[in-house]
Amino acid sequence: MDKQTQDVLEILEQNAKATPEDISELTRIPPAEVREMIRTLEAAGVIRSYKAIIDWDIVENPYVYAFVQIKVLLERGHGYQKLADRICKFTEVKSLRLLSGEDYDLEFMVFGKTMKDVAFFVADKIATLDQVQNTSTHFILKTYKEDGVIMEEPGEFKRQQVSP
Amino acid sequence: MTEIPKSSPRKVDQLDYSKYITHKMKNVPPSGIRKYFDIAAGVENVISLGVGEPDFVTPWHIREMCIHSLEKGQTSYTSNFGIPELREEISKKYRREYGLDYDPASEILVTTGVSEALDIAIRCVINPGDEILIVQPTYVAYVPEIVLGGGVPVVVPTRAEDDFKIKPEELEAKITQKTKAIIINYPHNPTGAVMTRKDYEAIAPIIEKHDLVVISDEVYECLTYEGEHAPFSIIDGMRERTIILNGFSKSYAMTGLRLGYILAPAPLIAAMMLIHQYCMMCAPITSQIGGLEALKNGEDEMKSMVREFNRRRILITDGFNKLGLDCFEPKGAFYAFPSIKSTGLTSEEFADKFFAAQRVITIPGTAFGEAGKGHLRCAYATSRDDIKIALDRFDEFLKTL
Repeated sequence: MDKQTQDVLEILEQNAKATPEDISELTRIPPAEVREMIRTLEAAGVIRSYKAIIDWDIVENPYVYAFVQIKVLLERGHGYQKLADRICKFTEVKSLRLLSGEDYDLEFMVFGKTMKDVAFFVADKIATLDQVQNTSTHFILKTYKEDGVIMEEPGEFKRQQVSP
Repeated sequence: MTEIPKSSPRKVDQLDYSKYITHKMKNVPPSGIRKYFDIAAGVENVISLGVGEPDFVTPWHIREMCIHSLEKGQTSYTSNFGIPELREEISKKYRREYGLDYDPASEILVTTGVSEALDIAIRCVINPGDEILIVQPTYVAYVPEIVLGGGVPVVVPTRAEDDFKIKPEELEAKITQKTKAIIINYPHNPTGAVMTRKDYEAIAPIIEKHDLVVISDEVYECLTYEGEHAPFSIIDGMRERTIILNGFSKSYAMTGLRLGYILAPAPLIAAMMLIHQYCMMCAPITSQIGGLEALKNGEDEMKSMVREFNRRRILITDGFNKLGLDCFEPKGAFYAFPSIKSTGLTSEEFADKFFAAQRVITIPGTAFGEAGKGHLRCAYATSRDDIKIALDRFDEFLKTL
């Protein structure tokens, strides 16, 4: 990766709303060129999407979230992909990952209107899949840090206003 | 609550204290920066471009090592030279990055910040009346340190049109029989100038011819945005006569932890170590442990801070030029040094009126000596948002002139 691409990606990672003009002010790459670079990075799938990090705890949040870990019994000829594809299709599932280690294989984040909804979703739709040996559901009680952003920062320390 | 008894009335005005204070103090100028600290106190909505330290907090892995060492009870003195592992890492860094060999046992001394390093380096080389060359604009501590050390500071001026580099003929013109040493400081506070290897090679023969010692303050080493930093001792024939000062304040955002170091030939280190041993004993152990962690595992985070400084550097430099304030391209440190000559105001007038009207702190170039006339020092070690607001306020202010 060249220095300019790294610059553009880092600036967007910090602020997805940065415009090509904003980025140009910080890099001296002409705005038209920045726009083209971003288009290329999007087309190549390097930039997947732009999203806001929201502290749902501040507004009234209609959903509950849980992490669900599952142990998988692999079938001959099928890796994890087939099962993963199937779980991904549920709109209730926000993220899904394959994990190392022996206790569990897959972990996903799921949301629903109530704890009961989530529990029944896992029991009905996931636990009943042939390859799934067992599941373990953990409801999220509080989010401290999300995507590198600390949600509640304690009082900020201020440096002196003038120094040599 | 028990009342604390009031102290007895002081008889300050009955004594002439000046007779107790060393005569040397008469020649120590007050810092031109201090005033701006005082006028900003208590004012709301101030943006400061007057801060000579990173706005980043020391990376957590470094702070965490310091905390862990405190928990373990590591609060003792260390070797006067500094903990051996830290000197070993410093030595490795110079070998790896520059191919320079400094023996951790005899050629490296860990100090309480570069300020102490500067103080003991100056005290180590000065005999009463020795002339020490300084390059203007100059960091505020050099002149007072030389004066307190009993030496005579002699100014080598530099100018924006020469990119604030030292011109060989300018340097040689200031050398007399009494000249003992020169203090250089690249990347440069307050201008952001750098000297390349080639620039150094042009002045090295003069230094050798006149048998000078070079004190090279390279605390902004890692904040070099274009080209590679060149430690002065990398120049042929210069290692033997160079005292390099470096530290962790700027590169690793560790200003308040006060940690620096000196690289120099063994006899000079031995002499500086004697002063250090009696006036300081050793650098704080907590900071040394943090410094060791910084050198071992801090490169990624340091480089990401440098990349962010670079973005702000472009933002502020281009911003000034767009406003019609000629700004020399700073290639290192985190200062821009725009010229305000086009406004017809002096540096001090500009800084004072600008603060009064727009509540932005800038430091007049004259705080760094006569050669800073017509300029302002603007530190961009502050958030991009603040830099943008400051530029808008510059714009507003310029319209009123």
